[in-house]
Amino acid sequence: MKTAFATAVVAFLALTVPASAEISGDVVKIGVLNDMSSLYADISGPGSVEAARMAIADFGGAVNGKKIELISADHQNKPDIGSAIATQWFDNDGVDVVVDVPTSSVALAVQEVARNKGKVFLISGAAASDLTGKACSPTSVHWTYDTVALANGTGSAVVKAGGDTWFFITADYAFGHALERDTAKVVEDNGGKILGKVRAPLNTADFSSFLLQAQSSKAKIIGLANAGGDTINSIKQAAEFGIVEGGQKLAGLLVFITDVNSLGLQTANGLQLTEAFYWDQNDETRAWSKRFFEKMKRQPSMVQAGVYGSVMHYLAAIKATGSDDGPTVVKQMKATPVNDFMTKNGKIRDDGRLVRDMYLFEVKKPSESKGPWDYYKQIAVIPGDEAFKLPGPSQCPLVKG
Amino acid sequence: MAESGRWKWVLATILVALALAAPFILYPVFIMEALCFALFACAFNLLIGYVGLLSFGHAAFFGSAAYITAHTVKVWGLPPELGILAGAAVAALLGTVFGWLAIRRQGIYFAMITLALAQMVYFVALQARFTGGEDGIQAVPRGKLLGVVDLGGTLTMYYFVLAIFLIGFAVIVRAVHSPFGQVIKAIRENEPRAVSLGYDADRYKLLAFILSAGLSGVAGSLKSLVFQLASLTDVQWTMSGEVVLMTLVGGLGTVLGPVVGAFLLTAMQHYFAQLGSWVTVVQGVIFVFCVLVFRRGIVGVIASYAAGSRNPPGISETAATGAKPAEPRTAAAPGAP
Amino acid sequence: MFDWLHLTIPPAPAMFAQLLVGLINGAFYAMLSLGLAVIFGLLNIINFTHGAQYMLGAFCAWFLLNTLGLGYWSALILAPIVVGVVGILIERLLLRHIYGLDHLYGLLLTFGLALIIEGVFRQQFGSSGQPYAIPPELQGGRNLGFMFLPNYRAWVIVASLVLCLTTWFTIERTRLGAYLRAATENPVLVQAFGINVPRMITLTYGAGVALAALAGVMAAPIYQVSPLMGSNIIITVFAVVVIGGMGSILGAIVSGFALGLVEGLTKVFYPEASNTVIFVIMALVLLVKPAGFFGRAS
Repeated sequence: MKTAFATAVVAFLALTVPASAEISGDVVKIGVLNDMSSLYADISGPGSVEAARMAIADFGGAVNGKKIELISADHQNKPDIGSAIATQWFDNDGVDVVVDVPTSSVALAVQEVARNKGKVFLISGAAASDLTGKACSPTSVHWTYDTVALANGTGSAVVKAGGDTWFFITADYAFGHALERDTAKVVEDNGGKILGKVRAPLNTADFSSFLLQAQSSKAKIIGLANAGGDTINSIKQAAEFGIVEGGQKLAGLLVFITDVNSLGLQTANGLQLTEAFYWDQNDETRAWSKRFFEKMKRQPSMVQAGVYGSVMHYLAAIKATGSDDGPTVVKQMKATPVNDFMTKNGKIRDDGRLVRDMYLFEVKKPSESKGPWDYYKQIAVIPGDEAFKLPGPSQCPLVKG
Repeated sequence: MAESGRWKWVLATILVALALAAPFILYPVFIMEALCFALFACAFNLLIGYVGLLSFGHAAFFGSAAYITAHTVKVWGLPPELGILAGAAVAALLGTVFGWLAIRRQGIYFAMITLALAQMVYFVALQARFTGGEDGIQAVPRGKLLGVVDLGGTLTMYYFVLAIFLIGFAVIVRAVHSPFGQVIKAIRENEPRAVSLGYDADRYKLLAFILSAGLSGVAGSLKSLVFQLASLTDVQWTMSGEVVLMTLVGGLGTVLGPVVGAFLLTAMQHYFAQLGSWVTVVQGVIFVFCVLVFRRGIVGVIASYAAGSRNPPGISETAATGAKPAEPRTAAAPGAP
Repeated sequence: MFDWLHLTIPPAPAMFAQLLVGLINGAFYAMLSLGLAVIFGLLNIINFTHGAQYMLGAFCAWFLLNTLGLGYWSALILAPIVVGVVGILIERLLLRHIYGLDHLYGLLLTFGLALIIEGVFRQQFGSSGQPYAIPPELQGGRNLGFMFLPNYRAWVIVASLVLCLTTWFTIERTRLGAYLRAATENPVLVQAFGINVPRMITLTYGAGVALAALAGVMAAPIYQVSPLMGSNIIITVFAVVVIGGMGSILGAIVSGFALGLVEGLTKVFYPEASNTVIFVIMALVLLVKPAGFFGRAS
């Protein structure tokens, strides 16, 4: 209770400090909020915190003479917890920007809080395109990837490569439906056909029944519109049932390198997926990833790389404007092109979406891999404008026309 | 007896005064959250402490009311008081159905059935369109109480939450001390005898269940307005487990126990949120500790110290199953109370 | 609203495939509810920790493989022993103290233990799964004409049937089983006959836990080895047990397999409901026959 008392006193005092067009509280405080212990801990988790730390160090530890501080917390993939932590951070702890937040439901909740308080929100982990659509906010930047890009990437690239008949195994919840719907549209627009779909409850342990249905549909491509454990289970069990040997291919609509790591190449080879970053793409990515690997003993995911990029860009914007006021900084971020080890000539749209190139990868066979984490071969580059092209007019009120 | 009665009034006045001043001392959102859970725990305690039925599925009532209120307030534009009524009504309805099914069995079976039924509600919430699945229902407006009082401000909302809590609490206290409460306690102590006296035990148990469910619903509705969010966490079995823990720690069958337990556990979650999964471990340890050595809970222990030789509350050893006590495993004297 | 019903009934071969696949899931339900039934039968305790112990078995197998290089076959024997010993410790140190109390305290205690075990593992491993490969002897599959049946899944059905029937036989038809059943009815008398009842109880709990761990080892290659695997399945198993009737070993086995089949069929016709169908059946059974199909009315 003493802690609470002290916190409340500080909060009371903090409330009396007027907002100003300067760096508030003499400190730029960055809060990395993500999943530290559960489903998405590997793609974000402590790795994202480290990435943010690297960005702060590379920036020099201070901006315009004010120190940069970093805190982090675990939202446990629960919107209540995420929004409570964000509220507390903004109200009581002087946090200026929240970074990362995987799990779209949490990101949507935190975006609401950030919007109401005029604080910046840099999204790297979450995927929902609604974040820059219906729910868009003038103080948010959606950095790394979203469901539109995944659909455009995997959907169109796979169809163009000959996979023109599809069967979907979809996780039966809003995110799965959205992923399926977006990808199905892209497939059909590119001349493909959807032969069937089945909705599996979320966190299904056993996909054998659904895989059998996919097998009997004889579709060339089995699209996995699910995430996390469901994706891993479906891929693992598909290998058991000889799906790939039988001639069908799996298209993972949301797969991260950490998933491939946990499946192993024996099981996952041949899987096609879209990501925004891979550690082994070029010299720049290799150099950055080597630094990351030294600290974390694993290669970075695109989410973690995105945290670094977004924080660097944010700090640069503060330096340029001399203020850490939310809308001002984000406006500056939108006005400046993004160029770092991960993104070349990226531009942030009015709705907050960073438009950047995406890449179609295929998982290597065990014989093709030269060592741990050597998992992907790059099949295609999907230019940013194509990847993030919206299926219809933008739903975001910030976008004029 | 008049002595203890007066003491109770003094204690009550002090606590209410503290509650009125609290938002100026502590973080108000924290206290509001704790009050919602306190009401939830008190409603739950009605069932376990006084009727002797351990329900492991109370999250179904809490969560479904949260969803209903969130939906009616956000999509239908109902004012908050009607939203809460709607939530509570749905929770009570659900309580009627679940109670009717579950009361057919006793003790452990009752617990397992309530758990399984609540799990069903969770799966429905996961898939139904209006609940928003994983996203939950977000940006729930707090609206204007009675069309007049804007609940957007933290302080106003706090006093509203406090008022609802006190009303709910009063209802529970009144129910416990009423003739209805006496019959309930009689059924808990010795069901066959109560039946032989002409009381329809099942009907009373069901009524208590519905009351408990309805008030849990009020707590859930309140929570969705405080956080302006209704999500899957509210209907998960972990939520059911938490309310059991709160009541156990605070003291089963005591009036203030659940409140103390709720505040304690909410504080723990708030201030240890950084520790992630360790919170679960700590909760498990507290469960084990309470069951082994601390069955009376905090308030139970205080009460027994204050009262000297009076029998401490807790799950009555003989009563909760309505059947004979757990069979002794060694040659201990059978039927020991 | 009615577009959910897949009105095209799949051809017979595909149906057989689905039934077979459902049977495999049923095998796990049967093994787990068997363990619960055995423990409840003698100790009158609902072992909420059962799910966590199932998870421990899977993790033990994973650990044996990754640290000691011991494969699946050794794990099938070692993991249940290790976890069984843990179970015995739990019984000796913790459960023993609450036998004289209301049954509900047993539920609360085992619930707390489940939280502890799961929390510790979640802290250590996160919630994502650890990979565990199918043992090389059982990889690949057989084309049965109507489906491609992976060898491992065929093994699961056979092994679990053997296990369940052996357990049933031991309890219902052997002398040891007779002692156990007698001790359930009247421990004082059985003790008077010179049989060490407390030791029997401890070993029984250990055996039930070992059963759960064995199910965990068998699950490791096909489901994910994750700290959450126990809590995901335990509540469904509770429903299975309510449907089958608590006191009955045979009831647990039959309902486990049967409900696996029902769930499998649901996945074909109305997959969105496949995780709730067992609970719906439970509700129906409660209306009609509260003691469960094989249960004795208490």
